[in-house]
Amino acid sequence: MSRTLLSLSLALSLLAACSAPAPAAPPVVATGVDADAWADIPAGPFQFGLHGEAAAVDYDFAMMVTDVTTAQYARYLNAALTAGAVRVAEGRVLGFYPGDPFHGLKHEERIDAGDYLHVPLDDPSTRVRWDGQIFSAPPEYADHPMVMVTWFGANAYCAFNEWRLPSDLEWEKAARGPDGRSYPWGEDIARNQANFYSSHDLFESLAGIGGDTTPVGFYNGGTHAGYATLSNASPYGLYDMAGNVWQWTGSVYEGVHYRSLRGGSKDTYAYNLRAYTINNATPTYFSPAVGFRCAR
Amino acid sequence: MRALAQRFDYLFRSTKGLALVAIALISLETVLFGMLSGPMAELGIRDWWVRLTGMQLLPAEREGRIILLYHTIAQAVVAVEVYFITARLPMRAHEPALINGTITLGYTTSMVFGMAFAYFGHDFLFHGLFIFGQCVVFFAGLLLAKALWPFRPEYRVTDPAYANWRGWDLERLAFFVMAVSTLISALFGAVPAAYWGRGQAAFLAEDVIRQPEKTSLALAVIGHLHIMLTLIAVALTLILSRWFDFKGRLHKLGMPLLMVGTLIIDIGVWSIVVYERTAHIIINVGSLPVLVASLLLVYYGWRQATATRLAEAGVSRPTLFQKLGALFHDPLRFGALWQMVYMNFVVTFIGIFMAVRLDAIFRQWPLREERIALTGHWHILSGIIATIILFYYADLAGLRGRARQWFGWTVLLASDLAFATVSVFETKRLFVSEAVQQPLVTVLMLLTDAGLATVLLMLGLLMVWRLVDLFRRDGRWARELAEVRSGK
Repeated sequence: MSRTLLSLSLALSLLAACSAPAPAAPPVVATGVDADAWADIPAGPFQFGLHGEAAAVDYDFAMMVTDVTTAQYARYLNAALTAGAVRVAEGRVLGFYPGDPFHGLKHEERIDAGDYLHVPLDDPSTRVRWDGQIFSAPPEYADHPMVMVTWFGANAYCAFNEWRLPSDLEWEKAARGPDGRSYPWGEDIARNQANFYSSHDLFESLAGIGGDTTPVGFYNGGTHAGYATLSNASPYGLYDMAGNVWQWTGSVYEGVHYRSLRGGSKDTYAYNLRAYTINNATPTYFSPAVGFRCAR
Repeated sequence: MRALAQRFDYLFRSTKGLALVAIALISLETVLFGMLSGPMAELGIRDWWVRLTGMQLLPAEREGRIILLYHTIAQAVVAVEVYFITARLPMRAHEPALINGTITLGYTTSMVFGMAFAYFGHDFLFHGLFIFGQCVVFFAGLLLAKALWPFRPEYRVTDPAYANWRGWDLERLAFFVMAVSTLISALFGAVPAAYWGRGQAAFLAEDVIRQPEKTSLALAVIGHLHIMLTLIAVALTLILSRWFDFKGRLHKLGMPLLMVGTLIIDIGVWSIVVYERTAHIIINVGSLPVLVASLLLVYYGWRQATATRLAEAGVSRPTLFQKLGALFHDPLRFGALWQMVYMNFVVTFIGIFMAVRLDAIFRQWPLREERIALTGHWHILSGIIATIILFYYADLAGLRGRARQWFGWTVLLASDLAFATVSVFETKRLFVSEAVQQPLVTVLMLLTDAGLATVLLMLGLLMVWRLVDLFRRDGRWARELAEVRSGK
């Protein structure tokens, strides 16, 4: 079986190699959007989910205007390493998680207290660099979303800063506002309004179809390196709540070990960018198309 | 005027004409609405097409639109199968025309107004007509079930080579079981959707697959879509058994297996709402005899096709290569059965692998990856069913000689290429990480699109051939109509 899989894999890789585009370094674009900014979101009702069910968040809260960037995460790792909140072992950043209640339901996986993977350092897609002493962010990706981070890594970042991951309700309210719109800006999506599969953005054309992440706040209505964008700000002024990278949320549901991923990504078709699109993964999952932002 | 009436007669009163209309409408719908996804969306053609046609595509209604699209295509496919059944099985004189006319009215009404409702604004009169069309299709199903009732003296088996129980025709009983199962399974989807869905809560089954506690609506919908596709496949297997004149010991073994398997699957699916825990086990148990029965048909059909060809060629002591040459001589008959075998590689085995390794592998992937696997799974099964119908129709339509060879082999190879690449695509995470997947994805998508485009091209050519023929005074259609009128 494994030999067959290997042979198939080799054959496909050979085939694929014929058309592999040569990756080019992405340009460094200053979007002018402050990655340290927060948006206030007032308490109130809103429409939740595909069917627009009546829901409410009955307290004011704030969410980061952008996804957490590679540079921000590298700074956090250095601080957390010094504080002993994370450790590096065998090419991986690990940290403690107190565990989830376990109900023994079908397909539920046990998540006990213990050290869990936060960031794989030896994966070619990981952007954070580790020289054995200090974490850093490469300049070309410093302002791009932090990717290749597990739910544990995202949760730890927020907790270390005394924040938290947004709940599903908070995330969707922040993305859609009170009027039940499908995308953060309304009902129609243009190719230059968000980073999605085959959106033909500036970075996609450099990295081939499927493309790369865009810097946080790239779609702010400005023109960057000759590429004119439309603003994708949500009603509360949050950028990239649709597209670029999926975002971990903090809700833990009884009997379910999966964590929600919201917002769609550079690797998905536009319809996955609708604010109510459902996606989830095990909390140990990491991907070049998954990032996060915090709430407080 | 008389010329028009004659063509209308051919298109709506003969099996070949009715099948042609249905396949043409499915093709048209596929082309018109296929512009909205896949490479058409990537190339920007979707946006242009939406503007040109004036489609109104609210993002929140995507699921509802897709459900309407699936239903209208599925009903047209069911209609094609019904035409083949009424043509192949003995019935009372008035029954074929009554059943065919009813289902034609139903699926065309449903298709036209369902698509108008889904894509061109929400006139609820159109939605009402869509539902009316579905009801008419259901009524046609009732008429078919009545016509298929096997326990009438005139339907007793006279040739003992066919499966029978004390002279009662077991193959006809299998048709009857399939028809009644389909009717109940249609209600299994319609009743919960009407009761709970209220038309406002449309969802795709693959989106709720990971919800640990599914609602009764979700379970009924998931059960409905699985059983309907299964029963369409069972019906097609039975139609092929008539095409190949399946008989003998294998027929006597195969028909009870098919019937019992269908009934067990029915029980498994229908029980899913009240007792989900065991439903899958029952369905798997029922699937085995159905698969065995279909493979018995394949064995019989290939052996028969080989023997017939060798006899035609006057070869009495054939070598292995002569046998293979005879087997591959007719791509339509070979291909229809090959697709039933191939289905196991690209649907059954992958499905079993997913089920066995679900928590260890597939549930480690994000939902969207699992969703791709699920969507690919049933798209391939639907595609295989479509190609088998196409092979059968091409034979019925009189495709002969070199055209038959080119059409048959091209459709077979191109579709299987597409199904294979989709299978690899849906399981790609077994071979390649997200970081380096893009070149592989690009190649797979190109091969899939090339395969599907080739199949659609061949389908288009077949349709054009028959369309052009309709403009000829003494075309094939005229001969086929004359055959119908003479009762051949």
